Amino acid sequence: MTSALHLEAVRKSFGNTEIIRGVDLEIPKGERHAIIGPNGAGKSTLFNLISGRFPMTSGSIRLNGEETGGLKPFEINRKGLSRSFQITNIFHNLSVFENVRCAVLWSLGYKYSFWHRLDGLRDARLRAEEVIESIGLAHLGKRPAGLLTYAEQRALEIGITIAGGAEVILLDEPTAGMSRSETANVVELIRRVTAGRTLVMVEHDMGVVFGLADRISVLVYGEVIATGTPEAIRANPAVQEAYLGGLHKDAGPESAEDAHA
Amino acid sequence: MQTTARTLRYQPLDLARWVIWGSTALLMAALPVFFTQGFAITLMSQMGVAIIFTLSYNMLLGQSGMLSFGHAVYSGLGAYFAVHTLNLASKGQLWMPVPLLPLVGGLAGAVFGVLFGYVTTKRAGTTFAMITLGIGELVFSCSLMFPDFFGGEGGVTTNRVFGKPFLGITFGPAVQVYYLIAFWCLVSMALMYAWSHTPLGRMANAVRDNPERAEFVGYDTQKVRWYTLIISSFFAGIAGALGVINFEIVTAENVSAVRSGGVLLAAFIGGVGFFFGPIIGACVFVYFVVALSDHTKAWLLYLGMFFMLMVMFAPGGIASLIMMQVQLIARKRFGRIWRQYLAAGASGLLVLAAVILTVEMTYKVSVDSSGGTLMKLFGVEFDAAAAGPWAVAIGLWIVGGWLFNAARKRVAHTYGEIQAEFLQGRP
Repeated sequence: MTSALHLEAVRKSFGNTEIIRGVDLEIPKGERHAIIGPNGAGKSTLFNLISGRFPMTSGSIRLNGEETGGLKPFEINRKGLSRSFQITNIFHNLSVFENVRCAVLWSLGYKYSFWHRLDGLRDARLRAEEVIESIGLAHLGKRPAGLLTYAEQRALEIGITIAGGAEVILLDEPTAGMSRSETANVVELIRRVTAGRTLVMVEHDMGVVFGLADRISVLVYGEVIATGTPEAIRANPAVQEAYLGGLHKDAGPESAEDAHA
Repeated sequence: MQTTARTLRYQPLDLARWVIWGSTALLMAALPVFFTQGFAITLMSQMGVAIIFTLSYNMLLGQSGMLSFGHAVYSGLGAYFAVHTLNLASKGQLWMPVPLLPLVGGLAGAVFGVLFGYVTTKRAGTTFAMITLGIGELVFSCSLMFPDFFGGEGGVTTNRVFGKPFLGITFGPAVQVYYLIAFWCLVSMALMYAWSHTPLGRMANAVRDNPERAEFVGYDTQKVRWYTLIISSFFAGIAGALGVINFEIVTAENVSAVRSGGVLLAAFIGGVGFFFGPIIGACVFVYFVVALSDHTKAWLLYLGMFFMLMVMFAPGGIASLIMMQVQLIARKRFGRIWRQYLAAGASGLLVLAAVILTVEMTYKVSVDSSGGTLMKLFGVEFDAAAAGPWAVAIGLWIVGGWLFNAARKRVAHTYGEIQAEFLQGRP
């Protein structure tokens, strides 16, 4: 079976600075994979390469066995990969419902249609309502997205990401800046909406990472220094030295706040 | 959960929509019955053309976030193709009934939308604005380089009346032209409104709000902008062709930056955030250009001041001011504020009188004094060079300004109070 995502010798330089220095990563279908690492390790850059936001300098990225290097973000999205952003990236002036409906239109085949009446598209409406329900914003369907609270916007961000039905979901720090109870809700939400899909997430909160991920990769200075199950990563001395360090002893949901530091 | 299902339910028969469109159609049909003078008919015809043009412009600006400085290119080129088609038709070399001429303009506009749009929509934001400015200048300079097509200095003239009358309609009388324009205006308004409720229309909003996010839900933002611009150019071309039928002449002014700037002004004054904003903006703008220019030489100054005031104090345009009142009325707060509006309006009139008196006297003294400095304003005759009227103006400024400022503060205070109540969630 081909992997959902397969990175081989991926490199990315900005000018003379090499940010990603030969990353190999294979993520099987259905896996929940977390990428951790210190600030500046290149985690978000790696996401930007996989999702086509930046072109990579060299290497190969295959989505379900198909090379996606050099494709534009919308082309990669159409092939079944969707991502969220670290900084909330929603359509601020549109309502919650419209935000999600925009995210389902392409996958339902409406493309650039100017001959369909939007409100007459039953499938788009039902799918959008279903997603809004699943992210717990059903009561806010008509509210402009820009007026939501931070936690609600983060939930909407995830909703937009999963709405198109992509097989591979990339979440960039989905719990960043959240309180403990909000974090717990988001973990539950992620678990629910990505069930049966492949999930790759960048996350700083070790409680979330160890609670959610099937496998973890540790990225340090643009290189993957270890990949393995949470237990293996916890026990890996190189990882402890490079990153986990003091966090290791109290890694767990309680440490959510500390892990942001 | 049930509330959601109810609030989001799609209503196949939206009564309010039928009422609004029906009364719009009725109003447009009835206007010439009440305003029968030739001048009024011309004014309304020009408003109809401007409504189509401004709405087509707002497909770009308000709906898709594309600030274009060259929209007159599409209406103007549409107009040129329409005028040449009309001339061929009147010579009998081509079959083209006058009522269908707007389609010629529209198609020509759309074709140039395909060509120029492919270049301009490669980028959004400031780059887009700059390229449209460049394309606008390019086309305008072409109009001087190819006099055969663009008619040089004098433009291209035509005659809309030819052939046998159909059911007595010749399009000779201005009122017949008005009804033709009104018909196309209504159809264009309805189609452009419909467009804003299609997948492409909604994605144009999405691209306006956040182009990057739109790319990550599968949309090529350049295509969204390009297709939108093509459709917008089509309607601009329709407006151009209707202008041909109305004026029977097309000059290089039709593709000029002045025209492009005018439509930007009209859209902003009306308000780009609501569909009906540009409709109001177009009517106000035409009123300034056509009617006010008959009364005063300083009309452009007034238009500029009005535009500045709108941008500074009501950036959402007239439409947003209206919607603010609609909210107050709907939530039963208007009764608390209308007296203060009245006070602000009355004192505002004093300031307006001060502005007009100062501007008109200045014009009289500095520009228009060859025939003496006697002038008539508000039905009073006086000497603009005398001290008395200037003292009156200064008095109006002081008293009006003081009163208006006080009234304005009270309006702002009450409005703030009401908004705070809304935020606290009171009904």
